[in-house]
Amino acid sequence: MSLVNKYDAIVIGGGHNGLTAAAYLARAGKKVLVLERRYVLGGAAVTEEVFPGFKYSVCSYVVSLLKPNIIRELMLPKFGLELLPLESTFTPLDNDYLLRTADEDQTYREISRHSPRDAETYMRFGPLMGQIGMAVRPILETIAPNIMRPSLSDLGAMKKLLNHFKTLSNEQFEYLTKLMTMSSADFLDEWFEFEPLKATMCSSGIIGTFMGPRSPGSAYVMLHHYMGDIDGAFRSWGFQRGGTGAVSMAIARSAEQFGADILTEAAVGKVIVKNGSAVGVVLENGDEYQADKVISGLDPKLSFLKMVDESDLPSDFVTDIKNFRIRGSSGKVNLALDGLPNFTSLPGDGPHLRGAISISPSYDYLEKAYDDAKYGNFSQEPYMDIILPSVIDPGMAPPGKHVMSCFVQYAPYDIKGGWDDQKREDFGDTVINALARYAPNIKDIILHRQVLTPADLESTFGLTEGNIFHGELTLQQLFVMRPAVKWANYKTPITNYYQCGSGTHPGGGVTGSPGEMAAKKILKDW
Amino acid sequence: MNYGNPFTARTQLKLSPFFERTSELNESQEWRRWSGYLAATNYELTHENEYFAIRTKAALLDITPLYKYIIEGPAAQPFLDRLVTRNIGICKVGQVMYTPWCDENGKQIDDGTVQRLTDQKFRITSAEPNLEWIETNAIGMDLTITDDSKTTAALALQGPNSRAILNIIASDTLDNLKFFWMMETRFGDIPVSISRTGYTGDLGYEIWMDPKDALSVWDLFMDKGKPFGITPTGLQALDMARIEAGLILLDVDYISSRHAIVETRKSSPYELGLGWAVKMKKKDFIGKKALETELAQGSEWEFVGIDIQWAELENHYRNVGLAPGLPGTAWRTSTPLYKGNKQVGYATSGCWSPILKRYIALAHVKSDYAQSGSTLDFELKVEHYRKVTPAIVVKTPFFDPERKRSCP
Repeated sequence: MSLVNKYDAIVIGGGHNGLTAAAYLARAGKKVLVLERRYVLGGAAVTEEVFPGFKYSVCSYVVSLLKPNIIRELMLPKFGLELLPLESTFTPLDNDYLLRTADEDQTYREISRHSPRDAETYMRFGPLMGQIGMAVRPILETIAPNIMRPSLSDLGAMKKLLNHFKTLSNEQFEYLTKLMTMSSADFLDEWFEFEPLKATMCSSGIIGTFMGPRSPGSAYVMLHHYMGDIDGAFRSWGFQRGGTGAVSMAIARSAEQFGADILTEAAVGKVIVKNGSAVGVVLENGDEYQADKVISGLDPKLSFLKMVDESDLPSDFVTDIKNFRIRGSSGKVNLALDGLPNFTSLPGDGPHLRGAISISPSYDYLEKAYDDAKYGNFSQEPYMDIILPSVIDPGMAPPGKHVMSCFVQYAPYDIKGGWDDQKREDFGDTVINALARYAPNIKDIILHRQVLTPADLESTFGLTEGNIFHGELTLQQLFVMRPAVKWANYKTPITNYYQCGSGTHPGGGVTGSPGEMAAKKILKDW
Repeated sequence: MNYGNPFTARTQLKLSPFFERTSELNESQEWRRWSGYLAATNYELTHENEYFAIRTKAALLDITPLYKYIIEGPAAQPFLDRLVTRNIGICKVGQVMYTPWCDENGKQIDDGTVQRLTDQKFRITSAEPNLEWIETNAIGMDLTITDDSKTTAALALQGPNSRAILNIIASDTLDNLKFFWMMETRFGDIPVSISRTGYTGDLGYEIWMDPKDALSVWDLFMDKGKPFGITPTGLQALDMARIEAGLILLDVDYISSRHAIVETRKSSPYELGLGWAVKMKKKDFIGKKALETELAQGSEWEFVGIDIQWAELENHYRNVGLAPGLPGTAWRTSTPLYKGNKQVGYATSGCWSPILKRYIALAHVKSDYAQSGSTLDFELKVEHYRKVTPAIVVKTPFFDPERKRSCP
């Protein structure tokens, strides 16, 4: 084997977390290689021109949780990170609508049109969630300790966290406890009365999760989405110019500038394990690469049940990974449009098309959508989180044309009879019909449609069962339990084999955080 | 609507020829004064989309309030060479030069652009009225000076999509127009001049026209520019962009020596980071002697960028249980800079840069402390208490995209 194929570290998977880990390792002077199976980098944070002239943020479509210190330390603005504001949320209803914008007065007036009480409460709710976010942040920024056999630094980290919790106000503590345990619907019921407002707010508690708004635990997922950190302050969502793939590309260019090598169309077949220690990888085409450390950016199922042999792992760990819940619950429909959708309740162009469009008229609507999924069907009337990227960034489509990104829930991975081409088309039709209820012209302006089912998300992007978070963000799978107890600190039972994907602490979303913290842990251990 | 108040905006302040459109589009009805004109602060209720239009799409700004003078005649070029610090002798027809100008003591009066329209005809722009200064210095010279402030209307079209929009509207391609050059063309049957200039540090153009064509040109832009994300943009967004571009603003970052009252308020071009624009090889110009002395002895002050360090700033806020509370818009409050216990400078304008994800400011710093990379302490008020937080001296511009100068 030639010396060229010997690296300090190899990262499996060029998703945004793998690239982040690679960038940090390269920044520390390590010789790093990233191996990506597809022709394009980014994993699920990818932009592709699926239909000529139209760019789709194929999977992940908005950015809010990307950590500010990563942006600074990897100098991402220099490499193309440009986050555009996406600050309105439009909930079309059958004969009316709810529109929240970046302007407080406008939003107050609009909500009070439906409920004066809610309008007032709303002004207090955002800042409170911001404070709760601040309270949780130290947990997210701590490398999860091994609570079974804590090291000295683990004990230090735990003590630091305990001290932090002592500084929380009673209010912060109360709401934090509630958010950790309640359903998002119950939690919001304590605050608001206008159903479409509550339903739209609680929808961030079900995104990517196989739970309904009334399922306990969904409130945490809502909080997870509230920790948006754009611009350093606690803020809402943004859209990357050029699509989410441009975030990954910015990280990749940063990594390359620090000296990392990145290969695409280089699918890793297996991690080479010798005497309980990872020593390299072998590609599906037979090429071998050696490395002192191998880091998997894949989800826990792939990292441990595919990339290595079960026999190399302790059986209790294998059981934990097998039990790790990773059920996919969502699909994605991307549309190329000849014009703008025209909403019956708020016709024409306007600020309501510049942000999120949420099909979430009521709790019952969402819960019924979940009911379908529970019994193995996709939702007949699905929840949707929609954006029109080309309205925010005209470069996403030819002049005057548009692209539309629809995140659709629920679409269970385990659908009755399994997913096939017919079911995919049926699912696509259902989505368009649900949309046409509020914007009837949609059917006439579609130039191209890309429908991704959980099965497609698995086969194309390597997301096991199509789960966008590499595993559900439920309490039993967070922090010291993600992905398994004792192994939440990015290490694995195999020496020199590490993990850095969304299946590790602090979880999913385009945060870069697992990649960053894994790299920092690896460098500490080196 | 008439509220019975005879002193309406229409009578108090000048209205630009674009006002009929801008006043309709200004949803926030927030206006600032700019040279006695009503100028939109922002069109939407918040300025963010307008800021991002400058950096990622195309922003349309009414810049008519700029003071403009036409200087024409056989002596126009020699006169301008005497007036300003740049070398106008080498300015070709169709070229534009940014330049400061000074008093006899080498202290800066104003800054603007000089356009060479023909061999003997120039247009100079300024932030403040300069007619009296220009006329006084031109006594006896073979030239005419015309105040062009009201006879030419102007729009700025700034941002990465600006060229694409102009290429659709103009009779001639903009592809060959280089940075700081200008051209004559037509929009249909409307004659316009287009200079590749601006106050944003981005790809951008300024369009100069007869005020009678103002509304037609505005409508053309809004119509043809729509698919490219054209956005009417106000001064709040512009202020952030010009700070990112490291471009100074009169009366904010410096005071005209003609209005300074006390000596310490005056600055030379060297002290404003404009040393590059002072051409000592020129025969003579107003302030040359004093500037020669300053150049030989070294300047007392430098004008620099500072990068206020985020992690430390965030800690200040975390200590009081809050997320960092920065203003969402650019600030213009003079803010002390220290080295140890000694004040060594002051920042004059700053903002959180959404595109750079950095907290930046422009500052006057005593030369001994102004080396790039050195750390100063920036004064910060956190919950009513004064704190200091580290800021690193950096070169400007903070933001300098390749597209600003490049041609396709």
